[in-house]
Amino acid sequence: MQKPVATTRDVMGLPTGRLAVWWVIASEIVIFGGLLASYLMHRLGHPDWASQSIVTNTWIGAFNTFVLLTSSLSAVLAHAAAEDGDGKKAAKLLLLTVLGGAVFIGVKSVEWTLEISHGYTITSHPFWSFYYTAAGLHALHVIAGCVIMLFVAADAAKGRELQRVEYIGIYWHFVDIIWIFLFPLLYIAK
Amino acid sequence: MSEHTASETHEGHHRNYVKIWAILLVLLVISVLGPFLEIQVVTLVTAFGIAGVKAWMVAKNFMHLDVERPIVLYILGTCLAFMVLFYSGTAPDVMEHDGLNWENQAAKASVEAGLAEWEVLQGGGGDPHAEPADAGHH
Repeated sequence: MQKPVATTRDVMGLPTGRLAVWWVIASEIVIFGGLLASYLMHRLGHPDWASQSIVTNTWIGAFNTFVLLTSSLSAVLAHAAAEDGDGKKAAKLLLLTVLGGAVFIGVKSVEWTLEISHGYTITSHPFWSFYYTAAGLHALHVIAGCVIMLFVAADAAKGRELQRVEYIGIYWHFVDIIWIFLFPLLYIAK
Repeated sequence: MSEHTASETHEGHHRNYVKIWAILLVLLVISVLGPFLEIQVVTLVTAFGIAGVKAWMVAKNFMHLDVERPIVLYILGTCLAFMVLFYSGTAPDVMEHDGLNWENQAAKASVEAGLAEWEVLQGGGGDPHAEPADAGHH
């Protein structure tokens, strides 16, 4: 059976599939970078936003940071297992990563429910507009990563397409990095 | 050379990922505790400085960016440079509320009103976690 182009072609000195993931991340840098830079310049121009940012719960944000950092660990361990040719172990570690993503989304749901029930909605203040847009876009990336990871894990468990474990891992670590910057911007800078 | 991975190609062994994760957690704790000192410079360093360090550690050790092909660094670097360019081009108009021949009266009024509301909340013992004054009026 002929292998797909994504794993065999090697134009840039790296597999096309991995190059594609890096291109996705490059475009995400502009998307999230633009959003965060826009928030930053507005925040610096509006010291009064402190009256809104004081509401966000630092401990919840810190817990979710812990969850994402830990899920990144399981993702990179899955990559290491895939490199060793152990598809079953890679699949289990990917499922653990998905669990981390699910916990993150679960905590976020509770947090947002509390905030919205107190009247802090996306239209109540520009700070909350940025808050829900940035954190919401990030949450969508977490959900997308979890769904893709389930497909990759299913293949990996059968010892197939193990190179994809690394590709989804690179994406997941990038999602982690975005949160690393969102955490101080939305939860620590009061 | 078709299915190699970055770390496999250049290193041939795995890094101590658990140790890197533990360092990341220590940095997380410092970034959370920093603001408790209530010194602005310390907060900036512990929050944003450490965020930069954590991001670099994840990119270097988990994404294996340090052993990735240079073309990847060029692609990512170009996008980062464009982002900085966009920021530099628009930030002065957003962060400043007046210039040589212009004044952003709406922004100034917004800041004044927001600060006044904040002072009332703090001075009057208002609960910042209570219902916002303007909630439901949009």
